[in-house]
Amino acid sequence: MARTATAPGVPTTALGKAALEVDDRLIVAGPLRRTLNKVFPDHWSFLLGEIALYAFVILLLSGTYLTFFYDASLREVVYDGSYAPLRGLEMSAAYDSALYLSFDVRGGLFVRQVHHWAALLFVAAIVVHLLRIFFTGAFRRPRETNWLIGVGLLLLALGEGFTGYSLPDDLLSGTGLRIASAIILSIPVVGTWVHWAVFNGDYVGEFVIGRFYIAHVLIIPAILLALIAVHLLILVKQKHTQFPGPGRTEHNVVGNRLFPAFAAKAGGLFFIVFGVVAALGGLVQINPVWLWGPYNPAQVSSASQPDWYIMFLDGSTRLFPAWDINLPGDYNIPALFWPTVVIAGLIFTVLALYPMIERKLTRDTASHHLLQRPRDVPVRTSLGVMALTFYIVLMLSGANDVIAERFDISLNAMTWAGRIGVLILPPIAYVLSYRICLGLQKHDREVLEHGLETGVIRRLPHGEFIEVHQPLGPVDEHGHSQLAYGGAPVPKRMNQVGGARRAIRGFFTPIEEPAQVELEQRRDEQGLAAAESRELTTSGRPSDGGRPQEPRD
Amino acid sequence: MSTTDPQSDALTGEATPRGLRRWSRRPVDASPATAARLRRRSRQRRRVANVAGLMAALVLTGTLYSALSPAHATQESNATESSAEAAGRELYERSCITCHGENLEGVPTRGPSLIGVGEAAVYFQVHTGRMPLVRQEAQAPDKPAVFSDEEIDQLMAYVQANGGGPTLPSGDLRDGDLAEGGELFRLNCASCHNFVGEGGALSSGKRAPNLEDSNDLEIYTAMLSGPENMPVFGDNQLTPEEKRSIINYIQTVKEQADPGGFGAGRLGPSAEGLVIWVVGIAALMFGIFWMGSKA
Repeated sequence: MARTATAPGVPTTALGKAALEVDDRLIVAGPLRRTLNKVFPDHWSFLLGEIALYAFVILLLSGTYLTFFYDASLREVVYDGSYAPLRGLEMSAAYDSALYLSFDVRGGLFVRQVHHWAALLFVAAIVVHLLRIFFTGAFRRPRETNWLIGVGLLLLALGEGFTGYSLPDDLLSGTGLRIASAIILSIPVVGTWVHWAVFNGDYVGEFVIGRFYIAHVLIIPAILLALIAVHLLILVKQKHTQFPGPGRTEHNVVGNRLFPAFAAKAGGLFFIVFGVVAALGGLVQINPVWLWGPYNPAQVSSASQPDWYIMFLDGSTRLFPAWDINLPGDYNIPALFWPTVVIAGLIFTVLALYPMIERKLTRDTASHHLLQRPRDVPVRTSLGVMALTFYIVLMLSGANDVIAERFDISLNAMTWAGRIGVLILPPIAYVLSYRICLGLQKHDREVLEHGLETGVIRRLPHGEFIEVHQPLGPVDEHGHSQLAYGGAPVPKRMNQVGGARRAIRGFFTPIEEPAQVELEQRRDEQGLAAAESRELTTSGRPSDGGRPQEPRD
Repeated sequence: MSTTDPQSDALTGEATPRGLRRWSRRPVDASPATAARLRRRSRQRRRVANVAGLMAALVLTGTLYSALSPAHATQESNATESSAEAAGRELYERSCITCHGENLEGVPTRGPSLIGVGEAAVYFQVHTGRMPLVRQEAQAPDKPAVFSDEEIDQLMAYVQANGGGPTLPSGDLRDGDLAEGGELFRLNCASCHNFVGEGGALSSGKRAPNLEDSNDLEIYTAMLSGPENMPVFGDNQLTPEEKRSIINYIQTVKEQADPGGFGAGRLGPSAEGLVIWVVGIAALMFGIFWMGSKA
């Protein structure tokens, strides 16, 4: 076949030709182009969920390495490894392999620590991401499904964390497992059956570690992975929300294309997350299982705590009074049931159903793609702060013995402070944040109406001092701006509207020549002196400082 | 129970009945006349014996009184008391007597009796600076020792001589099996002192202290004397070898480096949770602010 002249658009390079061949067979060019051109709005808080995603990737990678050496078995062995203070002790094969991993596998301890830090970070990033979604109202219609999936992801992450915490079978995790067993047993009617189903018998048995292992490395990660995929697909389908601002409406998305700007950012963030986790894994010791010792039901240590994300349950248990309910027929509901099963159940039920609750209460069933500033929805913001206060008091109470010991406070005082605090601090937090929201709203309105404070005090000919305000727009005869609040940040300082010299650019170090900027500044200085009179005279009535005033005759 | 003690056996089983028999045995085959004479004679003899007995008792009482009277004792103590004990007495009377009493018997609402606590307790309490106490509170805090080592020795000598009790151990206090010590530590000590002796809170402001600054002898004497809320681990509960194993474990683990990096107080999840929020999340927030500022 004779070679014809190259048609326009036909690739000439080897790479282009190969891509054409692929596209001929798979027809991906169209969808790929659409995807790569997809626009993501730009705001630092939209990267929080990504931190969780990258932590999950790190977890998958580091966890895979750990499975090469970990032995999920409760078989009794005698330790003969390189850590002298445990040599000759009987322990489970699981603990033995965790020690082997820590001391005798090249890079084992580092990867173990990276895995554990990434796990703590994973849940922490999920929580911060959740708070961002909550406080900006990103869960509103049509995104309730993704909110529910997100809550499911959080619960799975907690389950994943707890099963992983239990795997080394050290004295700390064994104590945690014992508490989990007690919590399961405290459930009325079905508790014993559930316990037998989980442990395949009485505590501790020989099965639980093997089961937790499969749950930890296969079942829960598989569900997590699937749900994360759905979470992201729904996000892409529904498009990302954006903050209100110039040119941003309910019907468009303003931001960067996926490729290259957003992809570069996301890739950069991955390396930042990886760097932070690797630095923690290499520099800060986490869960030194060799210090905890092998699990032995006869032993327990003071200050045995779960990882931070389960600590609120420990805290609620410590604060709850010992109210056992004794029923006729030698049947009782242990006090442990209320602070663990009931409180945790309530917390997560309310959390999951919050979008529906808010929809019912506000009767707002419209679709929303623009986010809200927390100050503009004071009730929701205050409810969130209230719930957060409740959670933080519980979490701190989970470590109240450590706090008592380190800060020389009576443990009883800590417990009572927690009991009183968990009841009265949330309402106080509600009232305070409500007032703060209203105050911020009013200040926004005030700036829009009266202009920015310039910091210039002017003395009028008759001796009166006035503070000069810089209106943000045209003013009416009373000196009031006619600007409406659009749900976007309002400038609060003259610097934000170009009233001051600009700062030298550069986040870490200056990226400009200081001498150059010096020159520019000197030029600006003359400009500024001129600008003061110019700006303040062009916008209405500077001599009145933007004050409302009686019309002069 | 009593059968294990050969001395008590001898007293109850044999000695007493034989002695009674010897004294009460009378000739049984005598005529009435001899019996009457004997009775008369025995009455006289009893009178004489009574007088003699009274005299003997008086003399004995007098002798005992003169031997035990405080006036006599102070005169004679200078002769029998070693110089260390005398110096210890002086320290005691200056710094301890207010709460522990003139004769180590303790003062109600102030301080406990020191009879039977021994030099082990004195060493622990004074060497860790817990005694002398600054004020009454939930628990005596440890502080820099008030007395010098020599003065502590003198106080120990005084209390040991006058109160008795457990004495200081000798030899290498770390001469025990490391792994067994760890197991015993987790079994007996960790429930208050934490996994590796980081200390823990007890009720109402009391606490099990951090063992970071404790030397071997302090740990040993603490186990022997059970200070504050700590139970006594006598030699029947933990043999001297087991005590040495525990000390070996505590000190070995304390001195070993943390292979994973900064140990964060070896406190476990509560410190780790603090680190992930204050360091991890904070660093990443900084990172995304930075990225946001580049937008």
